[in-house]
Amino acid sequence: MALLDIKNLSVSFKGHQGDTHAVRDVSLQVAKGEIVALVGESGSGKSTVAMSVLQLLPYPTAYHSAESRIAYNGQELLGLSDAELRSIRGNRVSMIFQEPMTALNPLHTIFKQISESLFQHQAGLRREDAIAQVRQLLTDVGLEKLHNRLNAMPHELSGGERQRVMIAIAMANKPDLLIADEPTTALDVTVQAQILRLLKGLQQKTGMAILLITHDLTTVRKIADRVLVMQHGEIVETAKTATLFKSPKHPYTQKLLASEPSGAALPLKKKTKTALSTKELRVKYKSNAPLLPWNQTYNEVVKRLGITIPEGSTLGVVGESGSGKSTLGLALLRLIKSEGEIHYHGERLDQRNTAAMRPLRRELQVVFQDPFSSLNPRMTVGQIIEEGLKVHGIGATEAEREVIIDDMLHEVGLDAASKHRYPHEFSGGQRQRISIARAMVLKPKFLVLDEPTSALDLSVQAQIIDLLRDFQQKYGLTYLFISHDLRVVKALSHKVLVMRHGEIVEQGDTAAIFDAPQQDYTRSLISAAFAEKL
Amino acid sequence: MALSPLWQRRLHKFKGNRRGYWSFLVFMSLFVVSLFAELLANDKPIVLHYDGAYYFPAWKAYPETTFGGDLETETVYTDPFVAELLGKKESWAIWPPIRFHYSTIDFENTAPAPAPSNERHFLGTDDQGRDVMARILYGFRVSVLFGLVLTGISALIGIVAGAVQGYYGGWVDMIFQRVIEVLNSIPFLVLLITIASMVTPGFWTLMAIMVFVMWVYLVDVVRAECLKTRNQDYVRAARALGVKDSKILFRHVLPNAFVAGLTLIPIVLNISITSLTALDFLGFGLPPETASLGELLKQGKDNVHAPWLLMSGFVTLAVIMSLLVFIGEAVRDALDPRKAG
Repeated sequence: MALLDIKNLSVSFKGHQGDTHAVRDVSLQVAKGEIVALVGESGSGKSTVAMSVLQLLPYPTAYHSAESRIAYNGQELLGLSDAELRSIRGNRVSMIFQEPMTALNPLHTIFKQISESLFQHQAGLRREDAIAQVRQLLTDVGLEKLHNRLNAMPHELSGGERQRVMIAIAMANKPDLLIADEPTTALDVTVQAQILRLLKGLQQKTGMAILLITHDLTTVRKIADRVLVMQHGEIVETAKTATLFKSPKHPYTQKLLASEPSGAALPLKKKTKTALSTKELRVKYKSNAPLLPWNQTYNEVVKRLGITIPEGSTLGVVGESGSGKSTLGLALLRLIKSEGEIHYHGERLDQRNTAAMRPLRRELQVVFQDPFSSLNPRMTVGQIIEEGLKVHGIGATEAEREVIIDDMLHEVGLDAASKHRYPHEFSGGQRQRISIARAMVLKPKFLVLDEPTSALDLSVQAQIIDLLRDFQQKYGLTYLFISHDLRVVKALSHKVLVMRHGEIVEQGDTAAIFDAPQQDYTRSLISAAFAEKL
Repeated sequence: MALSPLWQRRLHKFKGNRRGYWSFLVFMSLFVVSLFAELLANDKPIVLHYDGAYYFPAWKAYPETTFGGDLETETVYTDPFVAELLGKKESWAIWPPIRFHYSTIDFENTAPAPAPSNERHFLGTDDQGRDVMARILYGFRVSVLFGLVLTGISALIGIVAGAVQGYYGGWVDMIFQRVIEVLNSIPFLVLLITIASMVTPGFWTLMAIMVFVMWVYLVDVVRAECLKTRNQDYVRAARALGVKDSKILFRHVLPNAFVAGLTLIPIVLNISITSLTALDFLGFGLPPETASLGELLKQGKDNVHAPWLLMSGFVTLAVIMSLLVFIGEAVRDALDPRKAG
């Protein structure tokens, strides 16, 4: 008998314009000690399935069909009372979530948060025993260094450490089933690998089963026994991991696998001029607010950086969060204060003030990571794209500008009617196309791309990369491509710059960096991103 | 003007809150009705037909000589002598339902002032023999108009000041915040009374004084919202496009902050009306002859043996306050992005 047996599960959400059927007729089994991965793009309903097991959905807005069955160890979970569910939640079945920054309560100590479920499920537990158990759990998740710091608060820990604490909480009562909802998505690549190794190790040690929810095929390949692919609320394919990656049957799975970033940058012309370069570029933030000005201390985010980008090429900037790579991008465009020289086609950008920068803004554009916060929700797509045209006096009349906007929308793969709609009516990928259109409509020469694909689904990522490559070929654009995802960087960059703590670790031609990395840090980044095994 | 889908959804949500929506409808109809107070409570007929010609005494002053009397001054239509004059020729008149203006002193009333409810005065009269119903009608209008104008001006100043502070931050923010703290630390009524005792308050002077203290209410919310918005990527993108600071402020930052300010506006309106009432009650408010709710409450306090004064003033105020609070709640919920449906 399967440990978890979901049969004909349907989940619908009540809404204004009729109900949304998020999950339709999903059946899946998880056997004891098995790692099953549920894969799909955003909106496929995979998280909804996971939430249904412990009934964490917003009932009664969410509801199940009459045929839906979720059996755990033969016991039907749907329709259980809250008290009965509580004895299973966090005890026999545990869950960990994507966002380690918000999943922990910022006001409670680590001890309190880990021991909470111990006290909840073990009647008459003594405090000394709880402390011993918490220490053991911390050892299990590789946080021995916290043994004597049980009163540490979440903000004292890094993202990876917080995720380990989350796992410790989930493991507290030795569950038979762990549901992991995108457990590594918000983490840096090297930390991701550590967390996956930890989960796999815990699974082998305790013999629990794991239901892994993820959009990341690399993760799946590394640890799952079996893979279920979801699309539009339905399971379209189920197979052993090795089989699925070798010979995917369903067209959607094939498409997913094919959309892993691939290809390489376009060949460069010989002998090109330098488009942009820096000398001793520094960015620092105030790290305190002292009473006396001479007590001011600074946090240096970018340290004396010298970079050179040839015209028409792409410089990929790679680094983990906090490495200063986004700050570098903003500093180059003079969107934040910096020190040191910035040369752009022989001009000193760093010596220009706001007004003197304005005419150059047309040539220097930027696309941001988050397609949701980078578009003003109160403006139509047309207004958003038109703004830059107006500033730089492109297109004399409204009608002329409209033609330019229509052409631009067409070029990024949207239809002209989109200009009357608002950003919230578009998907993430479409919004990113709008962001690109906003920048490209000015016909810039240099574009800073700050993680333009990170928030997008795999298949959409591939489309955006193709679009960017087309633009580069057509207009001879120069890109500064910032990303933490080495696979995307490899697909688009001529040269790569690896950053850590605001400094350059290594730089060189893409092929050289990826084939023969010189530094340990670069090697660990590459192996985390490309290895097929843990 | 077509509403954006966002506003359509908000409007839908606002209408979905039945208590708030109905409060809004009731409040608006009361307000619109009170705007036509001259047609509802007046000591002059709306239309007068006399000797083949039409007269509109509610809008135009006619001397008594027009109707064959002796005086060059405006006709007093309630005077029995005038009634007699009009009766001599073929005439008719359409009177408002309440035949008293807020300033009319009813000398004909049989009971001594303050008189309880009778067939002449539905809610009785105050201690100067003026009809309470008429005074409430006009008082309501003055209070709401005063409140609306005060709220409008304070909101405008508050939102702009908050936006400037939030967007520029740094020293501008620092100095503005200290000024606001100083203003906030002065007891509101004491300040008003002090100023009101130096200048004779009329409608607009009182307005100016109250704007001086009321504008700070919206600043904090709008400022916080702007501090958040200025770090959004779309503001960065606008700067990268080369858009001027002032344009970014008005096009990208302010509209978002405005919504936050909007949720507070019914509350500010409420505070405005209460403050005006309090000042009138204390005798530092609008000129004494003005119909006002605060003055009615004061009369109620002075004439404990005439409970209808206090009761009608209290009920009127309670109704206004409750309606505004319900509307405020509905507006807040409708604009709250976290509340679905």
